[in-house]
Amino acid sequence: MSDSIFDHDHHFPAVELPSDIPAELLRKAPLNLPNPAELEVLRHYTRLSQKNFSIDTQFYPLGSCTMKYNPRIAHTMASLSGFARLHPDTPAPAMQGLLQVLWELQEWLAAVTGMAAVSLTPAAGAQGELAGVAMIRAYHAARGDHERRKMLIPAAAHGTNPASAQMAGFAVVEIPNLVDGDLDMAFLDQHLGPDVAGIMLTNPSTLGVFERRIADIAARVHGAGGLLYYDGANLNAILGRVQPGQMGFDVMHLNLHKTFATPHGGGGPGAGAVAVQERLRPFLPLPMVTRSEEGALRWLDEGDLPQSIGRLSAHGGNVGVLLRAHAYLRRLGRVGVGRVSAYAALNANYLLKELQRVGYQAAFPERRASHEFILTVSDLQKATGIRALDVAKRLLDFGIHAPTIYFPQLVPECLLIEPTETESKATLDRFVAVMAQIRQEALAQPELLREAPHHLPVGRLDEALAARHLDVAAAQ
Amino acid sequence: MPYIPHDGLETAAMLAAVGVDSLDQLFDEIPPNLQVQDMALPEGLSEMALRRELEGRALSNAPLRCFAGGGAYAHHIPAIVWEIAGRGEFYSAYTPYQPEASQGTLQVVYEYQSFITRLTGLEVSNASLYDGASGLAEACLMALRIQGGQGDDKSILVPENLLPGWRRVLDSILGLQQIRLVTVPYDRVAGTLVLPAEAGDAAALIIPQSNALGLLESVDVLTDWAHGHGLLAIAVVNPLALALLKAPGDWGTQGADMAVGEGQPLGIPLTGGGPYFGFLACRKAYVRQLPGRLVAKTVDGQGRAGFCLTLQAREQHIRRGKATSNICTNQGLMVTAATIHMATLGGHGLQRTAVLCHERAVRLRELLTVVPGVRLPYGGPFFHEFVLRLPHAAVAVRDALLGHGLLAGLPLSDWGMGEAGDLLVCATELLDEADLLAYRDALTSVLETL
Repeated sequence: MSDSIFDHDHHFPAVELPSDIPAELLRKAPLNLPNPAELEVLRHYTRLSQKNFSIDTQFYPLGSCTMKYNPRIAHTMASLSGFARLHPDTPAPAMQGLLQVLWELQEWLAAVTGMAAVSLTPAAGAQGELAGVAMIRAYHAARGDHERRKMLIPAAAHGTNPASAQMAGFAVVEIPNLVDGDLDMAFLDQHLGPDVAGIMLTNPSTLGVFERRIADIAARVHGAGGLLYYDGANLNAILGRVQPGQMGFDVMHLNLHKTFATPHGGGGPGAGAVAVQERLRPFLPLPMVTRSEEGALRWLDEGDLPQSIGRLSAHGGNVGVLLRAHAYLRRLGRVGVGRVSAYAALNANYLLKELQRVGYQAAFPERRASHEFILTVSDLQKATGIRALDVAKRLLDFGIHAPTIYFPQLVPECLLIEPTETESKATLDRFVAVMAQIRQEALAQPELLREAPHHLPVGRLDEALAARHLDVAAAQ
Repeated sequence: MPYIPHDGLETAAMLAAVGVDSLDQLFDEIPPNLQVQDMALPEGLSEMALRRELEGRALSNAPLRCFAGGGAYAHHIPAIVWEIAGRGEFYSAYTPYQPEASQGTLQVVYEYQSFITRLTGLEVSNASLYDGASGLAEACLMALRIQGGQGDDKSILVPENLLPGWRRVLDSILGLQQIRLVTVPYDRVAGTLVLPAEAGDAAALIIPQSNALGLLESVDVLTDWAHGHGLLAIAVVNPLALALLKAPGDWGTQGADMAVGEGQPLGIPLTGGGPYFGFLACRKAYVRQLPGRLVAKTVDGQGRAGFCLTLQAREQHIRRGKATSNICTNQGLMVTAATIHMATLGGHGLQRTAVLCHERAVRLRELLTVVPGVRLPYGGPFFHEFVLRLPHAAVAVRDALLGHGLLAGLPLSDWGMGEAGDLLVCATELLDEADLLAYRDALTSVLETL
């Protein structure tokens, strides 16, 4: 059977191009895409799908990514033709059903985060971050405070944080973390000042522990005239239990494709809604949905929000993703939302204890895990040369997706593990048994790990060759 | 408990293993004053009740025959496309950072990149950006990096007849870095671009094909003008139209340097504005300035062919604040659907569809321009969209036609363009002769009564 779609090509006569378009504007030669038969297409892509790991087929203990079950009802609801066929420029009176869903989601996300207002438009977490730091910039600028050019960001932060701050025109200052995972307050005090626009944090941090002095940090940053940005990547840890707004954060994004169970889709689409305190409301990105006292819904535009940071995509953002998040939240309700963080924390802490029991070292053994935790295999590396990468690749052989590795960078040979609340005790117990076996293999037959994976469609790929040779499109 | 599998015994056993008495105790490091008591969320619903509620909402959106375009287009999507893209192995997969466990997604992206390079006539395509408009902002930033503009001397030449929704995105994103957007006006009679008087300090010229009025631009002349003045040429294109129109890589003497566009016409449902995907292609020489993910073909230790992400040192998870972009999550599943869509139609089917769209639009224009009072302000060649000048405000006509089950088009006044009577109308292969005649009759009747 052929592996390439380009091998399925049936011949068709050339298509006659319109004569009323000048020849110099028309394609010079027929479009050179293959012409497979429908069944060939079906088989080819079905087979390709079978070469993937996915939540529907495997366990993904992937830290900072919250790979929970994506309920199928959300997909079914978002695919209803009454939503799917809606042109974005449909006048508001003809799309009240969609606007109602979006308005409710805005309200619910404000309630969950303890914030005053929400804009759903950012297309992913990184675009939400860009919107968030742009609002911080607009807030200072509106007050005539133009000297605040620096953004403070912990060394352990997601890479998107400094990249987004840079894109918004800020200079990034990295803050170190202490050995217990908390932020270095002395460093913070030293760097706060009239040139600091704000600080970007997540809590629990990327180290998998709750920043206990968050109220103190907020007071110091606010005292120095700065604002606090909350990276919502770890919101699953505190959903329904702690609100970023109450912790003192001024602005945040939510990753709906993490916390609110919309699918990752092999790399997107996500949705990165932003939520703000009252004082940042005028700067929210457009569009947003508003409801009149009579219940009529419409889009807010530049006339309503003249100080808005503007638009981030041509239309309303990833509406289909928002529909899925709405369905998930509506299904869970108040009680279900509270259970998410409780069982996410239970699964993480249980797994941490069990993996310690079979010999693994926790990076922060004295701390309570949040929804995720970090192991380090530095001991294995010293004993046998086995690295976190080798453990991760060997897991694939057992039908378990690799955890996040080498992030955060300040813990050597680390595995960042997040089981999520939707995995059963039986799945976790099997993971522990596999990890125990891998540890034994590492000590007894380290080459088994170094050459892993053994049972997948391909083994470790030559990434250096890929970059050097750079074959990024099939030759014609 | 929705989506949580633990029974009481399992929960108790796990709590005991952790050494705590209750689920609440797992949060004992969080200061009690930060823990919320209640929040304003509704009660949860059963799946059955949820379905009933959302089906009601979906039905309350009026079903309309779509004659609107403006960057989002109603096309037929073969059943096979979302049947496969919706498979759990694609739908619920993670970003392919572990290539051995992601060969399906990676090969799909490689095929996608191959298809986009053939449509655009350029050598490299990334794995997608959020949408066409934000993709254009990224293309502008890329052009500025290639040209090495510094400090205050950074600008981009932006056509006045670029889709206004796209222009607003450029304003938002590029404005953050003090990049000046210099507007290139269009000829009020022809509706197409006038060659700029000077290039100034611009890094690039944006060339839309078609423009926001649906008209085809003289892309060869514009591309050559850009290159003649030391600028890069950024093509903004509809991928379906490229099945018919000259590929950006063939524009002018040297070809455009980058091509960017909205991928929605390739199998993505309209869904009120998203998720769609932006595509971005460029010459190979510029690949290191490309934002976002890129997939390459390589081999494993046994010499078997395989696919992996490549040149990741451009990206935020490696380069952090010095990355080419902050983008991480892109529009993966939309790319999967678009790839299956392009394969299902094939090169021949895409060309046939593009020709059908054009023929439907030509026929519709013919029918509508004989309606009394309706004029055609621009006579130039077009793909599948054109402007009508109505004797009444286009907004009022559009609203009246909703009552006839038609989304008649986009009033240009909503964009601050053209005259009050200007309506941008689009036809695609979805519309048959009866639909076109129904539009003509409804418009005739509405114009008689307004």
